[in-house]
Amino acid sequence: MGLLSDPNRRRALISMLTRLNAPICVVCYLAGVAWFMGLAFEPFTLRTYMSENAMGSTMVEERFPAGERALATGREFAAHKNKVGGMPVDWLVKTMQDRGLEVFTQSFSRTLPFPDENKERYIVKGTNVYGILRAPRAPRTEALVLSAPCSPGDNNQAVGLLLGLAQYFRNQIYWAKDIIFLVNEHDLIGMQAWLEGYHHTNTTGMSWSPLQGRGGSIQAALTLELSSDVITSLDLVLEGLNGQLPNLDLANLFYAFCQKIGVLCTIQGKLQRNDWDSVSGYSHAVQTMMLMVMKQASGRPWGDHGLFLRYHIEAATVKGINSFRQYKTDVTTIGRLLEGMYRKLNNLLERLHQSYFFYLMPSLSHFVSIGYYMPAFGLLAVILLLRALDLWVQLATPPSRTEDGIADIDQQSSPGVLSVLTPLVISHLTGVALYTLPIHFQETAVEHFPVSETEAVVLTAIAIYTAGLALPHNTHRLLSGEGTEQGWRVLKLVAVLYLAVLLGCTALINFSLGFILALTLVPLAAFVTPHVPKVLSAFILVILSPACTLLFSVFFFQELQEMPVSFQDGWLLYLSVISQGILDHSLYGSLVYPLIALLVYPCWLLFWNILFWK
Amino acid sequence: VYAAAPGTSAPETMVPSSVPQPKDDFQEELVIRPLHSGDIYASFQFRTLWDTDFMRDNKVSHYRLFPKSLGQVISKFSVRELHISFTQGYWRTMQWGQPFISSPPGAELWVWFQDSVTDVDATWKELTNVLSGIFCASLNFIDSTNTVQPSASFKPLGIGNETDHRFLRYATLPREIVCTENLTPWKKLLPCGSKAGLAVLLKSEKLFHSSFHSQAVHIRSVCQDRQCKTTSWELRQTLNSVFDLHTSGQGKREWSLFKMFSRTLTEACPLASSSKLYIDITDNSQGEQFELIPATSLLSQAVVLGDRRTFSVYDLTQETTFGSVRSLNLLIRWKSSECDMLRPLLHAERYVAGYGLQTGEIHTLMYNNHPYRSFPVLLLDSVPWYLRLYIHTLSVTSKGKDNKPSYIHYEPSKDRVRPHLLEMLIQLPPNSVTEVTVQFERALLKWTEYPPDPNHGFYVGSSVISSLVPSTVAMDTNSTQERPLFSSFFPCKEESSYFVRIYTEPLLVNLPTPDFSMPYNVICLTCTVVAVGYGSLYNLLTRSFQIEEPNPGLAKRIANVIRKMRGVPPL
Repeated sequence: MGLLSDPNRRRALISMLTRLNAPICVVCYLAGVAWFMGLAFEPFTLRTYMSENAMGSTMVEERFPAGERALATGREFAAHKNKVGGMPVDWLVKTMQDRGLEVFTQSFSRTLPFPDENKERYIVKGTNVYGILRAPRAPRTEALVLSAPCSPGDNNQAVGLLLGLAQYFRNQIYWAKDIIFLVNEHDLIGMQAWLEGYHHTNTTGMSWSPLQGRGGSIQAALTLELSSDVITSLDLVLEGLNGQLPNLDLANLFYAFCQKIGVLCTIQGKLQRNDWDSVSGYSHAVQTMMLMVMKQASGRPWGDHGLFLRYHIEAATVKGINSFRQYKTDVTTIGRLLEGMYRKLNNLLERLHQSYFFYLMPSLSHFVSIGYYMPAFGLLAVILLLRALDLWVQLATPPSRTEDGIADIDQQSSPGVLSVLTPLVISHLTGVALYTLPIHFQETAVEHFPVSETEAVVLTAIAIYTAGLALPHNTHRLLSGEGTEQGWRVLKLVAVLYLAVLLGCTALINFSLGFILALTLVPLAAFVTPHVPKVLSAFILVILSPACTLLFSVFFFQELQEMPVSFQDGWLLYLSVISQGILDHSLYGSLVYPLIALLVYPCWLLFWNILFWK
Repeated sequence: VYAAAPGTSAPETMVPSSVPQPKDDFQEELVIRPLHSGDIYASFQFRTLWDTDFMRDNKVSHYRLFPKSLGQVISKFSVRELHISFTQGYWRTMQWGQPFISSPPGAELWVWFQDSVTDVDATWKELTNVLSGIFCASLNFIDSTNTVQPSASFKPLGIGNETDHRFLRYATLPREIVCTENLTPWKKLLPCGSKAGLAVLLKSEKLFHSSFHSQAVHIRSVCQDRQCKTTSWELRQTLNSVFDLHTSGQGKREWSLFKMFSRTLTEACPLASSSKLYIDITDNSQGEQFELIPATSLLSQAVVLGDRRTFSVYDLTQETTFGSVRSLNLLIRWKSSECDMLRPLLHAERYVAGYGLQTGEIHTLMYNNHPYRSFPVLLLDSVPWYLRLYIHTLSVTSKGKDNKPSYIHYEPSKDRVRPHLLEMLIQLPPNSVTEVTVQFERALLKWTEYPPDPNHGFYVGSSVISSLVPSTVAMDTNSTQERPLFSSFFPCKEESSYFVRIYTEPLLVNLPTPDFSMPYNVICLTCTVVAVGYGSLYNLLTRSFQIEEPNPGLAKRIANVIRKMRGVPPL
């Protein structure tokens, strides 16, 4: 590559990059956004296909007959649930035993760091019941899981169907993997307790009783949510903890069986349409994809399956939806669908690994793989590198020839380590405060202000976040001398590279989160200097800050779900989203809250610092 | 009995009559135990005894009941004792109780060699290859990486004083799948094959429709008589299987020989000196659990696994057993339908804890459900080298307290050469769970070392728990009341404890696995990175660049000379 070895050409290249820096950045940004929007356009995407041979070519017959009986069991379950006022443990144990399963229970308890107002729980105690169908002539090395949460109001039909399937599966000879039928209480908390118990780990400080029976390493899992006797469509939920997704073959399997049996299937609650060439068809695909991006970026599990993914178990939630469509499906059909899926999963020789783990789905039959969506992010990230190059060149060349040489040398050596390190350290300390204080100070806050614990946590978080904006002045007091022209350039160079690394890593793990953060943070990182109009820039900076991004995302998400909210409701929703984010972190180990508080927010503060550089 | 063997009578006449022929004897029996859960446990045992010595005179060439293929193996490889089992499925102790003979899932082979063998490893290697051919199994995959020499767990079951474990080899293949091709050679070892006697029931299409299947061959030397001056060789072929109520019952709770095996019994093996069918009716003394058709008045009592059991006996050598239809189709009709979990005195389970592909932890749980007696167990763990055990993290706890093993024998693994071997003697306190945990790190294999289907995972064989368990007969106060007082003062009786060997489930562990479809991409990417990125960077770092003035042309040189003379700077 003579381009870099040849000093002349290198100089020419660099001068072109610095001269045309701003236009190139603008073009890159627009191209990145355009690329992303193009991903939903059907001709640019791939059709889904089954990669796993063991599931693709083998034929299975579905014969599950007992849908009505399953519904009756579901009603019985509901009656017992109402009588006990919670999980009818004894009834479930007995029913599962009658169906020939090995039945075990697990009790767990967990005190939340602060009350969860959405689900109205604080001190959670519960019991999981699970039955293992032992596969004949199998050495207990592999298992599949079918689970149904026992929630207070609904989901009785799911438990009924689960028990019906257990009875039917028990009479079949062809199983090669143990099948675990799990009914978990308190949805995700129960699931977390069960998974931690099964793998004997404790990541979140929950207390649970050890499990008595196991089935070896779990290969795949499905969670069932049904709330009515007849449904119109089945919705597939894939997004799990920290934006992890199950292998695409699991989605393909679901889609293949929906096609085979003739059940309407949706993803993100959206049917797929054939009119991709029309504007409405395209915007439908964009909506579906954007919903997936928003859900994935939130980093929370969108169904009980989401917690399996941490243990490298492919899992998805199948949700029955009863809307006002004409098309009706009964429980027998859903049972046949699940039977077919389990028989194919039973045929697996290896774990699901052939297909993609990183993808976006604009519809259930099309997907965008990592190779197609990464350039969109890359185009945004390259802006940061270009700006960094520009700054580097500016720092390396003497600023002007009018000044004398001695002053020049003075200026270049003056931005010491301290002037860069101080804002870095201070903004990170603010981040640490944002991460730790809200939960620790809730009691103090509740004593002094007329708020509930949850409100106290959320409002403390917002208060610390806002207080961080006052930092530039404090930083300057700590600085030994005046901030120099070189000083802010060095600081900005550091901040831009820091942001590039941060976003790059985030996008590799959770593309959606990385992309949304890049959309807002990259422009401000690109334009901010101490010389732009202060008030206007400060306003833009605040608008593009992570907290405001979250606020807009809440409204945008509601808009996408076709449930627009007023500003008042949106604000309340925003507050609850913050509290949920903090809870997700402490209950399940979601990483979004620490990422924002400890890394993204301090990085944003650095740019805020540059704006107010004196 | 000799005359009954038609094919062998001709060579026999050649032998001078003064030399006494070595005596041999064949017995067959089938035990059927209706299990607590409604399933049926059928256990076949075929025993061939032969008063010969393979070692003294190598010229044993005349075989009658004893299979020649095994006899030659014994003499060629100087085998003292050989135990081999093929099992498909895992014995569910919690539902089925203890089996008569236990075996781990997959294939298990352990052999004691005579002390005359000089190179045990080479003999072992050769033996496994020969057995692999005899039983049509992948025993040739036994090599040094999965062979261990247990120091205490596997003692010889036959006679002999030498117990130097240098002559013992033990190996398991947990991934081995057992099917018809293993059953056929096994059946061929029987004197009657599968043509007569109990072996007619062994039809593979039904036998492999069960919940559990295990077939084994045990060879050992036993005493010929009370004085034990001479020894004879015993070959025991066992086959255990459990038939599932749910998958084959079709709603009806009844069993028959025909339903289980799709055959009925019509005769005993003519070569057998005894041929019996036992039904365990201990729990059914008043006929409250199941009904047995045809009924028999012949009863037999025996202490099996520390428990006094009663059996109905059908003697197949008697004509009357088969009745007027000349066939025996035993029918068991269930009356009650309770299926609670059992609480066997000793059971164990094992699992891998943790997540991620870097480290993990093996947990082994051992339950002692005896209400007041503690007993010691010997735990044997053989872990492949690619799970690197952190032996300093080994911990044994029972009832929340540290339980120090009184004996530990640990042989560290050697990469690609030999597995870890861990043997411990642990005292299990009464009514407790003892947990043995040890952490491990998953090794990164070389890319050619991965087996086919690497994402399936890697197997770790079952741990073996051998123990002398206090028997329930000793616990039973009712039976002691019936006996004379002078006989029951000391609880220590011959049958006060019994030997049990149980196996935990094998483990399936995922190792970090490369994506094998990627080499092409990797090659392309690496080449590009090396060529473009590394090459130019290396250039930039190691060379210093200077702008070299191009050689000026003749005109320019002349012009410069003129300019120099004029005192003007050159071009």
